[in-house]
Amino acid sequence: MSPLASELKACYGFVERNFNLVRRYLGWEIVFLVYNIVNALTIGFIGVTQGKEKVLYLVVGAMLWGFLSILFHEVSESVSWERWEGTIEYTFMAPVHRFTHLGGMCIYAIIYGIIRTVVLLLAVALFFNLSLQNANFPAALIILVVSSLSFIGLGLMAAILPLMSPEKGSQATHIFQAVLLLISGVYYEISVLPKWIRPLSAISPATYTLRAMRAALLEGKPLGQMKGTLLVLLVVGLMLIPLGLLVFHLAEIYAKRRGKLKRSG
Amino acid sequence: MTGEKTNLAVGASEPTAFLLLGVFKLREKKGMDLAIKCKGITKFFYETNSGGKSKGGFLPWSGRNSKLTAVDSLNLEVNRGEIFGIVGPNGSGKSTLVRLISTLLLPDRGQIEVFGLDVVKQKSQVRKLINRVSVDAAFFKKLSCWENLSYAARLYGVPIKEAKRRATEILQRFGFQEGKITQPMENLSRGMQQMVAIARAFFTSPVLLLLDEPTTGLDPKSKREVQEFILRVRESHDSTVLLTTHDMDEAEKICDRVAIIDRGRIVALDTPKNLKFMVKGESLEDVFMELTGKSWEED
Ligand SMILES: Nc1ncnc2c1ncn2[C@@H]1O[C@H](COP(=O)(O)OP(=O)(O)OP(=O)(O)O)[C@@H](O)[C@H]1O
Ligand SMILES: [Mg+2]
Repeated sequence: MSPLASELKACYGFVERNFNLVRRYLGWEIVFLVYNIVNALTIGFIGVTQGKEKVLYLVVGAMLWGFLSILFHEVSESVSWERWEGTIEYTFMAPVHRFTHLGGMCIYAIIYGIIRTVVLLLAVALFFNLSLQNANFPAALIILVVSSLSFIGLGLMAAILPLMSPEKGSQATHIFQAVLLLISGVYYEISVLPKWIRPLSAISPATYTLRAMRAALLEGKPLGQMKGTLLVLLVVGLMLIPLGLLVFHLAEIYAKRRGKLKRSG
Repeated sequence: MTGEKTNLAVGASEPTAFLLLGVFKLREKKGMDLAIKCKGITKFFYETNSGGKSKGGFLPWSGRNSKLTAVDSLNLEVNRGEIFGIVGPNGSGKSTLVRLISTLLLPDRGQIEVFGLDVVKQKSQVRKLINRVSVDAAFFKKLSCWENLSYAARLYGVPIKEAKRRATEILQRFGFQEGKITQPMENLSRGMQQMVAIARAFFTSPVLLLLDEPTTGLDPKSKREVQEFILRVRESHDSTVLLTTHDMDEAEKICDRVAIIDRGRIVALDTPKNLKFMVKGESLEDVFMELTGKSWEED
């Protein structure tokens, strides 16, 4: 087998393994999905009292945040999950390039995120009469793809935390995700945030994604008018992914020096 | 080394290219005949003595309370085709050594070669040659036995059909009930999990097998199956086996040579027979007791 073919097979192996895991933990998957749907619905209903526009505004926020946080979460938890299962050493000594390993995790995260979001979309469409006549769907799709890059990059960077510190790393990842939710204007304009926190919003890629997505779906803005935002997202994404891979590589070396790959401690 | 040099010198005095070539071939082969070569390996760990309270540890420089030498300037050569045993008290550094060879830890000092390949600099090539069975069967608990095995097959580039054939063959030999292969791993007993772990390591046909207490937790019959299997694999597959164990009879029965390791250092290394002769003991257990088991005060 050629080296590329075997790496591709291994990459598929990671995707397949993760979907097998989804199947085996189906009960929990349903719990998360139900929670997700209910969360989006409650937030949508808050908007109902404030007019149709507002419902769409909130629902778009909930769905986009849902998708991006799945990407981030699945990639960043890949290390701590395997540590919990006890397979971390097995996976790390396999004759597979780390790039292939992480690539497989990212591909899985994207497919899984899309499935979850589509289900969410169907549920939301059942409850609300969303008016999307104005929406610019091609633009929305491009925004989604471009912003996925930066969230995968962030996920890769966060994935190293559990490599450096088995327990606290995972905790730090959750806090980071929560802060992103606060600062990125998922359900409100960032202008309502206290002044001192706003500089943080400016460096969160989610802020730009949400702004662009709403412009595309609510106002039907053409891509041309969002060039600036898209460019920022693209540049950030293209920087974060290689940076994430590099940081991961360094963290792996550190983990092997300190004996942190072990199942516990 | 000096022997090789004189060889070469003799070859040079007879200026026939043919002879020189022969000598080089011999040297090359000699290099290849070493499955593992450890030169002055040292591995430190830093222990946090926080007494349960999670203090420090997140930042690299925090919580560096005490330094522990798990493997201490260790030299070791394992020949190709050998079944090499490592025995020693708990915490003597056996698993650490296995992890160092299997590219899961980086040595602080020294160099390790697997078939002439450096485990740090040429880790990707080394990984293709090795496989490891750890004490704790490392599986996705909810995935079935077969799902775990097919994940392994994908990682090691074994075609799925072939993997299934080989795995079933190995598991059948261990007396593994066929129906269990579709059961989640968590439903299998510890011994059964260990059998699957061994099958998983064997079906990738590694040339170097690192077995860290492979028979711990197995019943006497399964234990014997595994031991016989290890012997058979060596005969039929040109594999080298490095095995750690707490079972002295096992070491005596299947290992060509045994190293006794204590506090990260090799305290004795020879064939089981010679080791017994050395301490005038009846069994390898006597050797173990004689050479390890020093009390704290003597330190
Ligand atoms: N990842 C790690 N981090 C910190 N200390 C470690 C780590 N791995 C091993 N140690 C320490 O290094 C020493 C050697 O451990 P090791 O697991 O190699 O022993 P062992 O000979 O395999 O013992 P056992 O027979 O109980 O399996 C022990 O003191 C252990 O606490
Ligand atoms: Mg051990």
